[in-house]
Amino acid sequence: MNKDLTDKEYIFCTKGLSVGYQGIPLIRDITLKVKQGEILTLIGPNGAGKTTILKSLINQLRPISGCVVLKQQEIQSINPTLLSQKMSIVLTEKIHPEMMTCEDVVATGRYPYTGRFGILNDHDRNVIKDSMELVHITELSEKNFLQISDGQKQRVMLARALAQEPDILVLDEPTSFLDIRYKLEFLSILQTMAREKNLTVIMSLHELDFARRISDKIACIKGDYIHRFGSPEEIFSGNYITELFGITTGSYDGLSGSPELSKVSGSPTCFVFAGGGTGTPLFHKLQRQGIPFAAGILWENDLDYPCAKALATEVISIPAFQELTPKQIKQAEDLIGQCENVYCTLTKEMLEHLPEPLLKLIQNSSSTE
Amino acid sequence: MNTKNYRFPIAYGILIFLVLILLACNISIGSILVPFQDVLHIVTGGSAEPVYQDIVLQIRFPRAVAAMILGGALALSGYLLQTFFHNPIAGPFVLGISSGAKLTVALLMVFCLAHTLPISSFLMIAAAFAGAMLSMGFILILSTVLHQMSMLIVGGVMIGYICTAITEFLVTFADDSNIVNLHNWSQGSFSGINWENVGVMSIVVLSTSVVIFCMAKPISAYLLGESYARNMGIPIKAFRVMLVVLSSILSACVTAFAGPVSFVGIAVPHLVKNLFGSAKPILMIPACFLGGGAFCLFCDLIARTAFAPTELSISTVTAILGAPIVIYVMIRRRKGADGQ
Repeated sequence: MNKDLTDKEYIFCTKGLSVGYQGIPLIRDITLKVKQGEILTLIGPNGAGKTTILKSLINQLRPISGCVVLKQQEIQSINPTLLSQKMSIVLTEKIHPEMMTCEDVVATGRYPYTGRFGILNDHDRNVIKDSMELVHITELSEKNFLQISDGQKQRVMLARALAQEPDILVLDEPTSFLDIRYKLEFLSILQTMAREKNLTVIMSLHELDFARRISDKIACIKGDYIHRFGSPEEIFSGNYITELFGITTGSYDGLSGSPELSKVSGSPTCFVFAGGGTGTPLFHKLQRQGIPFAAGILWENDLDYPCAKALATEVISIPAFQELTPKQIKQAEDLIGQCENVYCTLTKEMLEHLPEPLLKLIQNSSSTE
Repeated sequence: MNTKNYRFPIAYGILIFLVLILLACNISIGSILVPFQDVLHIVTGGSAEPVYQDIVLQIRFPRAVAAMILGGALALSGYLLQTFFHNPIAGPFVLGISSGAKLTVALLMVFCLAHTLPISSFLMIAAAFAGAMLSMGFILILSTVLHQMSMLIVGGVMIGYICTAITEFLVTFADDSNIVNLHNWSQGSFSGINWENVGVMSIVVLSTSVVIFCMAKPISAYLLGESYARNMGIPIKAFRVMLVVLSSILSACVTAFAGPVSFVGIAVPHLVKNLFGSAKPILMIPACFLGGGAFCLFCDLIARTAFAPTELSISTVTAILGAPIVIYVMIRRRKGADGQ
């Protein structure tokens, strides 16, 4: 095992790590590897133990077995001050510092670098200023930390962590309190730091869509082990997410990353001609109103297809880039026969480009409505 | 920006001025009024009327110095406990630490008086420290079971009551001749302090305070919570033990010499924070010491003179002045926190 410690390719890795509380392992045999400048994200169901793993990675929870290795050194054997110059954290636990301005909070990031009494020098002040500018909180600097919003607090904590000038930044669900604008901004900062400053980022994320977009590596935690570890392309293939989270109600589309509620059961009472994304709003509306519906005739590469597949009781589809066949027309006719209502969401321009048989079908059905 | 730059020196100036002026008042004012000029003269080593000289040098001067040092110790002890428990109303008295110290000191006194053994200042401090640590131990056990801070305070108050009850019991059944002494002390008072006491308490309190001042940096990191402090490289267990031991030494020292004194530990840190508009430990530690000194000097002055010749117990005065301050500050904090 010690030979592996000299594996220079990875800045941070774990070897046969088991973590848990009171000697009882919660997650076993964790093997994670990150290169410098990469972003590793932990995903998994609630209570899967993401925070427990992160606590062990930052040396705040003693591993039950195995070890955490930072720059070829076992983390527990690194001098605490040196470690604090290499690794900083942003946690979910809320802090309540009394009478501290945001700038004061950010300044605590310089702790590992200051002397006995923590007096800041010009360099420290510059780092603090830069960190605050990077996270766009310069205008908050004189504000009392306790009086700003949760989203702003989170950004202050990121600036604090960056002021620590770490090689590796560990964040526990950093975007949970942020609205969509700040989620994007927050993650962009991480991505920029990773790309430009070679900062290595390890975090847990709730938002799967962000995880797949930002991560170089994703570790999926399920049960008591790392179910999968790999690139987002590997993780988000097929129905894996549905399996990982044990989704039984509704569905999750691995490609678009959009979740859908359960489809309405029962035989369809209406038929929707859709395509090009025009049908999706109607599908959602019908689902909300509890009306079972069928949809067609959709090419499988159509924008409306994923939603139709998730919500319609039946979808008549054509494999991507293939020709419409009479078989599908027949299927549609049969279905329309059972339905009370027929809707067509296609625009005039779209109709003009449809294959002749399909257009005829739409015109006939609409006239019988 | 300018106001901020001047605020801290001005605040320190105010505190030092208060301490000096109150020292002078405490020495000057009493059943016999010693004029200010004479006080200055005697304190700086000159001679004056022998009556004045005795009153000042043997009684009032040591008492005033003791009030200042012990007040500073109380305020610092409270500040450390508030930091440790992340709780604004923690303090040596509220958490029962003073009462624990009181109990063991009372035991020591009864024992030594019964066997006519001499009691040294250091022995008193040692006994008080043992009692303080005992109470602190209970509080720490409670704090692992009760995660709610308000419940912790309730637990501390209960421990305080138990210790006080046992002390009262001891006082009731002590020999007649001891009662007067013990009774006065167990109520809290700065009277009867001599130069030998002052010497011992100065050594203990000042050296402890210097150690605390050197811990200002880790304390500032600890204000962000344990996880962040640990990430900044602080050996958290050793640090917590230090906080507990240092605050116990300080409150033990106070209890050994002056009995239990309430509310100084809570009120003074709040007042000082508001005066400075900051809670930076490196500013707070010396400021709390000065503030505590001034507060106790003022309270002792009132205790001695308000109903002269009857002397009030020091806790009577500190409670009357301190408790409303605590309530006021808590209400204001609440408003501040909800304000935006």
